[in-house]
Amino acid sequence: MPQPIIEFKNFGFQYDAQAKPTLYDINLSIYPGEKVLIVGPSGSGKSTLASCINGLVPFSYPGKSTGSLTVAGLDAPHSSLFELSRHVGTVLQDPDGQFIGLTVGEDIAFALENDQVPGPEMHRIVEQVADLVDLKNYLHHAPHALSGGQKQRVSLAGVMVDDVEILLFDEPLANLDPATGKQTIELIEAIQKRSNATVVIIEHRLEDVLWRKVDRIVLVADGRIVADARPDDLLAGKLLREHGIREPLYLTALKYAGVDITPQMHPAYLDTIQLTEQDKQKVKGWYHAVQQAEQPMEKPVLLQVENLTFGYEEGQTNLEDASFSVRQGEMVSIVGRNGAGKSTLSKLICGFETPRSGRIFINGRDVSGDTIKERAAHVGYVMQNPNQMISKPMIWDEVELGLLQTDLTPEERKERVEQTLKICGLYPFRKWPVSALSFGQKKRVTIASVLVMNPQIIILDEPTAGQDFHHYTDIMEFLRGLNKAGVTVLMVTHDMHLMQEYTHRALVFSNKRLLHDGTAVEALTQPELVQAASLKETSLFELAQKCGIQPAETFVQRFIDFDRQVRENE
Amino acid sequence: MSKNAALSYLPRASVVHRLTGTTKLAFFLLWSTAAMLTYDTRLLAAMTVGGLVLFSVSKIRLSEVKGALLFMMLLVVLNLTAIYLFAPDQGTEIYGTKTVWVHLFWRYDITAETMFYLLNFFMKYSAVIPVALLFILATNPSEFAASLAGIGVSYKVGYAVALALRYIPDVQRDFHNISQAQQARGINLSGKDKVLTRLKNSAAILLPLVLASLSRIETVSNAMELRGFGKHKKRSWYMQRPFQNIDWIAMGLGLVVLLISLGLLVVHQSRFFNPFV
Amino acid sequence: MKKMSVKTVVAIGIGAALFFVLGRFVAIPVPFVPNTTFNLQYGVLGLFAAMFGPLAGMLIGFVGHTLIDLSWGSPWWSWIIASASFGLLTGFFTRKLDLESGEFGKKEIITFNVGQVVAHLIAWIVLAPTLDVLIYAENATKVFTQGAVAGVVNAVTTGIVGTVLMLAYSKTRTKRGSLDKD
Repeated sequence: MPQPIIEFKNFGFQYDAQAKPTLYDINLSIYPGEKVLIVGPSGSGKSTLASCINGLVPFSYPGKSTGSLTVAGLDAPHSSLFELSRHVGTVLQDPDGQFIGLTVGEDIAFALENDQVPGPEMHRIVEQVADLVDLKNYLHHAPHALSGGQKQRVSLAGVMVDDVEILLFDEPLANLDPATGKQTIELIEAIQKRSNATVVIIEHRLEDVLWRKVDRIVLVADGRIVADARPDDLLAGKLLREHGIREPLYLTALKYAGVDITPQMHPAYLDTIQLTEQDKQKVKGWYHAVQQAEQPMEKPVLLQVENLTFGYEEGQTNLEDASFSVRQGEMVSIVGRNGAGKSTLSKLICGFETPRSGRIFINGRDVSGDTIKERAAHVGYVMQNPNQMISKPMIWDEVELGLLQTDLTPEERKERVEQTLKICGLYPFRKWPVSALSFGQKKRVTIASVLVMNPQIIILDEPTAGQDFHHYTDIMEFLRGLNKAGVTVLMVTHDMHLMQEYTHRALVFSNKRLLHDGTAVEALTQPELVQAASLKETSLFELAQKCGIQPAETFVQRFIDFDRQVRENE
Repeated sequence: MSKNAALSYLPRASVVHRLTGTTKLAFFLLWSTAAMLTYDTRLLAAMTVGGLVLFSVSKIRLSEVKGALLFMMLLVVLNLTAIYLFAPDQGTEIYGTKTVWVHLFWRYDITAETMFYLLNFFMKYSAVIPVALLFILATNPSEFAASLAGIGVSYKVGYAVALALRYIPDVQRDFHNISQAQQARGINLSGKDKVLTRLKNSAAILLPLVLASLSRIETVSNAMELRGFGKHKKRSWYMQRPFQNIDWIAMGLGLVVLLISLGLLVVHQSRFFNPFV
Repeated sequence: MKKMSVKTVVAIGIGAALFFVLGRFVAIPVPFVPNTTFNLQYGVLGLFAAMFGPLAGMLIGFVGHTLIDLSWGSPWWSWIIASASFGLLTGFFTRKLDLESGEFGKKEIITFNVGQVVAHLIAWIVLAPTLDVLIYAENATKVFTQGAVAGVVNAVTTGIVGTVLMLAYSKTRTKRGSLDKD
């Protein structure tokens, strides 16, 4: 038995700024060359666990630890950040924050510069590592010229120059489109094979990480390790679901069909799972038994976009010839890879930018000549990061802010704010400062501050980015409620679950053009579309094929409708 | 934003571009110190010509800096006008004589001395601007931090400058996005609102921007510490290039200009070249 | 020079980037005074100087202002030095403030504003014009008038923008404590 490279023994940790410990009684051994996935809901302590390994805790975020933690032979809590950074390379969640250099080459060289490696040797190492992550032709590129996935590869290269034994990934999938996320998981595997490094991944998107094999999954909840098991064992059980971690969708479908999941079936990966004829029959039977939900009656067109073309700079376009219409009361996803034109489209609809050509109609009226403010009476825009939108310390003031610029009397304003706060479930908090709220509640405040202007359409940019399943559900159910109350909702998103669960219809953009205007299920099941728009095929599709169900699209649709009912009744 | 696009690096294959960043920075500092010290018309004229020669060697076309030049001309003319309005006799104060060319009104005469002073003032700009422009346009920003370290500035300060250059586009994008979202709520910086309202409105845009920047400071400093920034008293630079002969020549030239400037100061016991006595 | 923490280095870099963006691209003209704008960047510099100290304040002012000038074409050293001094002095005068703790009442507002006004006065009415006279041999009346206008405008901007930012920032620091739903 080899020595563990990371060993927590009765380890506990409490931040100086907090009243209670964040981690209790952690016992965990990770062996050289292992690949371990750490999952857990937000606030479970999984990030703190990771920060203990790389030394950010306690060296940047001070606190008291109990028990012991050994990392690569070092007594981690009594070592130093610099000492630990020789052994542990960390790829942080935010690729823009980690990309410090002005160009790719400089960023990769950063750690070498700090170690005073002389010029020629530095250039040699940088080229070698850049080659490993397939960035050799990008050494002179600035971060703005790179995609999210490329930036992440730069981060990875930047820690690999040190020849570290442990690679730590903190939510590597959070900011990536689905296809790039898949490539990241593939890259991590390839790098590990070549370098024999120990890999620790912190992530709550379980199904996406399980695109490739992992040795163990550690489930953290409330500061304790709840499970430390092989993927097959953990996925066969109920623990994940109980702790708010979403299991892969194909497993949910199998469970709905009454299939008993056992570790012997190798349920952790779609390409290893063994289904007997009997299991397949169960799935088929279930498929025929469930009803597809009826589609609601079509309402009149609210938003119509005609031949919209736009470019931020001359001689360059960011959106070409987009035409579509949205009916009253619809909830629509806008998907596609980064830079495909999604954000540009929302900015044009909101009037933030003026199209080069084409027109936008709201309720049949051409609004092209309206100012941003006039447009805002019809369209509300909610940014991805609520912290970038909230400009008043108190909730009431924040929601009232937009009304102050109108002709309403103070009484009318008060009434509107109260009404909006009630709709958003924020009324009890109306006298609170914004800073006392959770991320999801802040999101609600930003939505409230937009809703208070009574728009008919709201556009949300990545409403659930970085949220765990619990918060995701919370935000999405709230939006669904608004939608049922009559607000038309457009969402720009990378989240395939969101698209298939909450929106019947999807607009898929690729390479500046609207590629697909149809159902979300089609967008997730047509291989050409999936590929062109950097989406990810849903695992349900493959399950349907495994079970010989035709057409697979209908299976996916029925699952979604059924799942919706199940969760509504929960 | 393109209407007042900021000047930035223009890569070319020229002698000036081949100089290391350290050389260009040192040369620029020597040159502008020399111009700062002297009011000697002959030296300023020579430096103006010299600067223009260097500019032409750099293969950067005048048309590429037209906007910046016009803007600076405007500033200089405004400044010259202001000086004249405030002190029509500034020339006489400096040069001691008064040769009236034209009497305008009240205390405003057009005198040879003041016109000469204004000409010299103008030349203080014209002597520096070509070299300053060259420094901005012909120095790869990536070399900047290494250059600062090259002239003896602490590498931490040098890296702070590199970080500023790195994050300017990000901050600009954040600012743009935040102000658009706020405009949709009727909060505007431009427009017809009262000044006090606009200042308060600006805080509504600045608060999210500042909070975003503070959290960015946290992420970036974590990322830097995790990769060993500040580990040693010194660091090496990926973008640092070895000195060539031409670098020494350029540095020498800069030094000579500064010495001439100092020499004139000592010989004349005055910063001014006085043709009126 | 005291040993600079990595956080201070980053605060200088990002502070200077903010200073640059606000100073270069955001202009609110001052009424009745031609060619003068409210310089929002001094509000932010005031906040950063109070949070990260005099050294950071000085370097943010120096680097940020130099970059602004360079982006137009040529640096005007006397005013750059004035910006740096404002950062340095404000950081020094506000060194006792603790924004992190969320305490920002009347007393703190007064401390900050007295500090920033004195810093602006020294920077723009004493330093900048004196350097203008020394370096550029400008007419004293002219540069002191210019300096006085700049000093007053900047002090007003910093007073409004800086104070609002500090109030808001300190409120984001309040802990949950005794908040009750009702």
